Amino acid sequence: MMQIEEKFTFETWPASPEKATLEAKNKFLGFWLFLGGETVLFASLFATYLALKNRVPENSHMALAKDIFELPLTFVATMLLLTSSLTSVYAIYHMKNFAFKKMYLWFGITILLGAGFLGLEVYEFNHYVHKFHHTFTSSAFGSAFYTLVGFHGGHVAFGLLWILTLMIRNAKRGLNLYNAPKFYVASLYWHFIDVVWVFIFTVVYLMGMVG
Amino acid sequence: MSTNTQRKGFGSTLWGFLTTVDHKKIAILYLIAGGFFFLVGGIEAMFIRIQLSEPNNHFVSAAEYNQIMTMHGTTMIFLAAMPLVFAFMNAVMPLQIGARDVAFPFLNALGFWLFLFGGLFLNCSWFLGGAPDAGWTNYASLAMNSKGHGVDFYVLGLQITGIGTLIGGINFLVTIINMRAPGMTYMRMPLFTWTTFVTSGMILFAFPPLTVGLVFMMFDRLFGAKFYEVAFGGNTVIWEHLFWVFGHPEVYILILPAFGIFSEVFAMFSRKRLFGYSSMVFATVLIGFLGFMVWAHHMFTTGLGPVANSIFAIATMAIGVPTGIKIFNWLFTMWGGSVKFTTPMHYAVAFIPSFVAGGVTGIMLASAAADYQYHDTYFVVAHFHYVIVGGVVFALLAGTHLYWPKMFGTMLNEVLGKITFWFFLIGFHLTFFVQHLLGLWGMPRRVFTYLPGQGLDTANFVSTIGAFLMATGVTIMLVNIVMTTVKNEKVSHDPWGDGRTLEWSISSPPPFYNFKQLPLVRGLDAYWLEKMEGKDGMIPAEPIGDIHMPNSSFIPFMISLGLFIAAFGAMYHAEHSNWAFPLMFIGLLITFGSMFLRSVKDDHGFHIHKEELMNDNKGVEV
Ligand code: HEM
Ligand SMILES: [Cu+2]
Repeated sequence: MMQIEEKFTFETWPASPEKATLEAKNKFLGFWLFLGGETVLFASLFATYLALKNRVPENSHMALAKDIFELPLTFVATMLLLTSSLTSVYAIYHMKNFAFKKMYLWFGITILLGAGFLGLEVYEFNHYVHKFHHTFTSSAFGSAFYTLVGFHGGHVAFGLLWILTLMIRNAKRGLNLYNAPKFYVASLYWHFIDVVWVFIFTVVYLMGMVG
Repeated sequence: MSTNTQRKGFGSTLWGFLTTVDHKKIAILYLIAGGFFFLVGGIEAMFIRIQLSEPNNHFVSAAEYNQIMTMHGTTMIFLAAMPLVFAFMNAVMPLQIGARDVAFPFLNALGFWLFLFGGLFLNCSWFLGGAPDAGWTNYASLAMNSKGHGVDFYVLGLQITGIGTLIGGINFLVTIINMRAPGMTYMRMPLFTWTTFVTSGMILFAFPPLTVGLVFMMFDRLFGAKFYEVAFGGNTVIWEHLFWVFGHPEVYILILPAFGIFSEVFAMFSRKRLFGYSSMVFATVLIGFLGFMVWAHHMFTTGLGPVANSIFAIATMAIGVPTGIKIFNWLFTMWGGSVKFTTPMHYAVAFIPSFVAGGVTGIMLASAAADYQYHDTYFVVAHFHYVIVGGVVFALLAGTHLYWPKMFGTMLNEVLGKITFWFFLIGFHLTFFVQHLLGLWGMPRRVFTYLPGQGLDTANFVSTIGAFLMATGVTIMLVNIVMTTVKNEKVSHDPWGDGRTLEWSISSPPPFYNFKQLPLVRGLDAYWLEKMEGKDGMIPAEPIGDIHMPNSSFIPFMISLGLFIAAFGAMYHAEHSNWAFPLMFIGLLITFGSMFLRSVKDDHGFHIHKEELMNDNKGVEV
């Protein structure tokens, strides 16, 4: 078994550094399982959203899904996040090739794209609150909407901080078998967030605009 | 190691437990904490039974009764049964698969501290204005209208505890998948390990819906959301679904490990290989799967309609099949064996008729049309206590006697053990059998009193007497524990003489690294196989070498403490915004600060060197 503290070169770097030690294997599997649990968590949030969609106080003339969502904004947000998933794939590709600098470059771009997405989301929520008085407390619809989309946004924020922390912590010491699995797992998390967004885009925004 | 055998002061022992990441010590923590909450829940049960011992009683008021009844159920399920099950999983499963520790020792400790702080938070409610009072199911239609902070304690406390349980589940899954000793294939895993495996998978998928339901309730009650506010378009049935999507799997999460313990007991004390091992594994997996398909049998009277009710009724009855398979396999294991009636075996034998009775009433309740009669009566209370006490608690008591020597190195007194058993068994049937009748006679559950002259007096009185017998049994067991600990007579690695699985091949308690050399597993009942060939130890699968061990850490404690503090802040923010928000902030800062510290501070663990191991005669004894 490989040693955690060992120093590597391009030639000695293993093919699957994310699974090279027992600790790494455990982390890899444990994280996949965790994502299984997260899937159920989001499934529950989606189910609730569908049950409470457009549920507002009777005779209140509050804005409904078809009134508030706009395609251009969410389209741009979606593009940002999907691209960030791609850039994180590049980062991991370079991690596997022991190209530390390039990995940092692509993770850096990932973070910028993610931050852009988050910025748009903040703008969007603010817009709904002020233009449509569609708030977290105004109706069951509002609560369900902000909870589902906000949980996702919270995951994005956490993912950003996580990747950033890893980058700062390891900036000076290059890749080894201790931190490679950490980068790998963080990118898995990032992909998961992206997949969830695809569902949110479809179920909340596209289906919402249809009515 | 020599330091290990030196006498330690109280302070360093305490610090050792506060920072431990060793699965065996964490098991002891779970046993102590779970045992403590079991006593608390037991005292609450006694209060319930004293109040109901005669009609028009005023031992407690109606409002107090609701709190006691709610806290009894919540405590028993989340704070007693779950952690006690986790105690045995931690103590035994890693040894059974021949591992030196679990996959994530740090997370293992974190899971425990989250559970403990969540449980303490919940119980703080008694001293801070009243406990939750909407039943352990906390239906939103009741809970949203509950005054004071009781329900907030429920919501936040269970949230913290639940995260701990989820972490534990993931940890056990990875441990079993990745850390089995050479030769330990899936179909050679002892049944307790199998049930731990399936249970952990169920935890992974069952707890997130509860988390979501609790988040909604927290948002509604504390932050003005409208999930369950009908006037704002909300819907209280959502809580019922989320709760039972969690809640039904939860009862299997409790009973499967109980099945696991009994499978070990039957094989050990019949001195025979478990009958139908593969069908037992298959039945366990099937139960785990079907457990997710039946949640709406708790909601027959909610009004989901005849089609939904029929589907869930049939799915529920289907679970009887794999369970029946198990019952027959246990009976056939005893058949023709040379049965030894130790204390654990007493519980195992008594478990079969008790649990079957609970199963039969379960099938009755599953008949949706008939359930309109039984629903919310004492018949239901009788049913679930027959499965939960007759199944889970019997197994926990059996497990306590069975694994005590492995955990503490001493043997509980068998005579006192059997006395405990008889008090508990008789008390149990006396308490709960008559509750079937009370239910059929029309006594509703969750009522604080009843009127005289309705034919309910005698049965209620009998039920209370039974409860006192059970309490006597438990008290005798506590005496037994104290006596055994004071006497402190150490036992060997295989104190029952009938050990079949790997945990009995190493000393009691095992050294902190468990196996000096990983054992080679040559079949089911690995240790028994070696004994049958005249050896008294396992064949090592590796030469003696350095062993890598994780470092202790105080961070799990701090992460959990932070959430405990933050929960108070969240709860009081509406009426005391001047200090509650800062408190919440401080709590979260402690939690996330500790997590941050953990992630930036490298922790490579340490090595026990070969030379030290050579001088140490624990580990694999040959
Ligand atoms: C050992 C002696 C026990 C006694 C005498 C006892 C007694 C009772 C009684 C009388 C009730 C009905 C309260 C009512 O509906 O008004 C009750 C409810 C309940 N018990 Fe127990 N119990 C015992 C042990 C346990 C254990 C070990 C568990 C779980 C592991 C448990 C779980 C529950 C649950 C979940 C409820 C339902 C609470 C609710 O309706 O919200 N009980 N118990
Ligand atoms: Cu159920």
